[in-house]
Amino acid sequence: MKQSSTFRSDFLWALLALAVLALIPMLSSSRVLLDYVIRLAAMGIFATSLNILVGYGGLVSFGHAMFFGGGAYAFALTMQKTSAPIPLAMLVAILFCAALGFVVGAICVRLKEIYFSFLTLAFQMLLHSVILTWTSLTGGDQGLTGGIPRTPFLGINLADHTQFYWFACVMAVACLLLIRTVLQSPFGYTLRMVRDSAERARYLGIDVWRVKLYAFVLASSLAGAGGIIMALFVSGAFPDFGYWTMSGEAIFMIMMGGLNIFIGPVVGASLLLLFNDVITRSTEFHGLALGIVVLLFALGFKRGITDFIQQLFQTIKNKRDAQ
Amino acid sequence: MNPSALLDCLSSMSCIVTQLSTGMIVGSLLFLVAAGLTLIFGVLGIVNFAHGSFYMLGAYVALTAYRVTGSFALSIVAAGLGVGLFGLLFERFFMRRVYNADVLMQLLVCYALVLMMDDIVKIIWGAEFQSMGMPDAFQAPPLFILGGIVPLFYVYLIAAAALIAVVLWAILNHTRLGKIVRAAAQNPTMTSALGLNTGLIYAGVFAFGGALAGMAGGLAAPVRSMSPGMGFSILIESFIVTVIGGMGSVSGALVGALMIGLIRAFGTIGFPLFVEGLMFIAMALILILRPNGLLGKETRA
Repeated sequence: MKQSSTFRSDFLWALLALAVLALIPMLSSSRVLLDYVIRLAAMGIFATSLNILVGYGGLVSFGHAMFFGGGAYAFALTMQKTSAPIPLAMLVAILFCAALGFVVGAICVRLKEIYFSFLTLAFQMLLHSVILTWTSLTGGDQGLTGGIPRTPFLGINLADHTQFYWFACVMAVACLLLIRTVLQSPFGYTLRMVRDSAERARYLGIDVWRVKLYAFVLASSLAGAGGIIMALFVSGAFPDFGYWTMSGEAIFMIMMGGLNIFIGPVVGASLLLLFNDVITRSTEFHGLALGIVVLLFALGFKRGITDFIQQLFQTIKNKRDAQ
Repeated sequence: MNPSALLDCLSSMSCIVTQLSTGMIVGSLLFLVAAGLTLIFGVLGIVNFAHGSFYMLGAYVALTAYRVTGSFALSIVAAGLGVGLFGLLFERFFMRRVYNADVLMQLLVCYALVLMMDDIVKIIWGAEFQSMGMPDAFQAPPLFILGGIVPLFYVYLIAAAALIAVVLWAILNHTRLGKIVRAAAQNPTMTSALGLNTGLIYAGVFAFGGALAGMAGGLAAPVRSMSPGMGFSILIESFIVTVIGGMGSVSGALVGALMIGLIRAFGTIGFPLFVEGLMFIAMALILILRPNGLLGKETRA
């Protein structure tokens, strides 16, 4: 009962988000703005999928970009090598990430804390090395160039920029709604319990390893979906997609946005993309400026922006209640 | 990919000696960086993601000190002291504030430092590649050992690293200071209840770890070219080393560092493009077989 009503409200939020996103191209035809939203769609899915592990599962993965990059390469390669329609290639890419996530996850989730983090990092760098080395398939450090054919499907033509914008927005909203639904389901609450006390969960008869693994596979598949949007956006795939800096960026986004509120990572993604764009344009000392911003966040707020706002509201509310 | 070249090398003594010496210097430098990293983790329980920047700073400080004084030994001392001081300031002003926050907040603060340091180095020393060149004292013909070519400087470098390792071991195991540090690593609450200033110990260990990385950077200066961002790869490698050896274990770091050094030296011959991959395979295998690293203790609760 309760569950279906939370789903209904989440669904309404999703529709509202789509409505707002639909307004943007009507109000402004700026290509820069549309591109920003498309990149935000890709990175938002990516960061939120990582937050399934970090925020809800307590599994700090340092190697999540392996699935972002893996999805991008699997999709782009399927499109280039076969004449598969786009939805089929997307399915192939997501299944590839799920399978990769299953294998890597089965090995990694047994490990504790920092060792888990470093083992995921190891697998990611391994994939990155394979991408760099297997030049005949992946194009090596030049990346997979040559473009991705955008054959129309179901009346949707992704070669048209506005339609692609729509496609990215719908994908992002659908993925976020899916993640939200899973996190609000009994499985989502089991995952939180495993995070808070694996021991207690085990005594209640929960197979902790299996719960973590399912979460890992889900997060991997969705990171792949983010990678697909990015591959379509840049018309190719590049080794950087699977490099550890990409994983670092996703962790950044989560930390900036806040990991306790569902939409936090998306807020963080929007902030980081914005900072990156503004800082790159205004100074050549990109790292220095971004470093200061990050330091202000980490030492000033001590938490993500949405967590900070939530706590602010809570304090105000408490004060009012006290009066 | 050229595994047959590796086989050829392994069947010739001269090639083995040459690669062994290369592996040893890579391992020695890695050990110094990783020892600081693992010491900081063991005592403070935090992962210093900015450790690569300390190494980079050490190399640049040594470069400047060498150009000013002309003495390589002095430049190593300058790198150690300078970076140690820098580590102390970083700990007092930034890291100390996030000790009680979760590991991700610590990661964020360190990453901010990494980003800033790369640009600060760019501003002070310039963005282009720099090199110290071989100091005159080491301008000697290489040694020939069993037909293999070993540059004289390599011998000094390995000796210096070994000396530092022995001193570190002696301090940790045979002095009162070492006892205090080990006590703080074991149980910080009890240590401070016994009247020892844990804050001071933490700051000291952080500075000392920084000094080790700085000295490693200085020692590496004659054989490595310098550029902003050079800290990244050493950071990743020293993480592999500490994880292989077991986080918090200094002797584990030594084993891990030599292992990675040898993998690098011999891997470059057989699989030049896949050396990184080899290192990560080694790390993954060891973590799968021994989830706490080779010499690591059970993870602290």
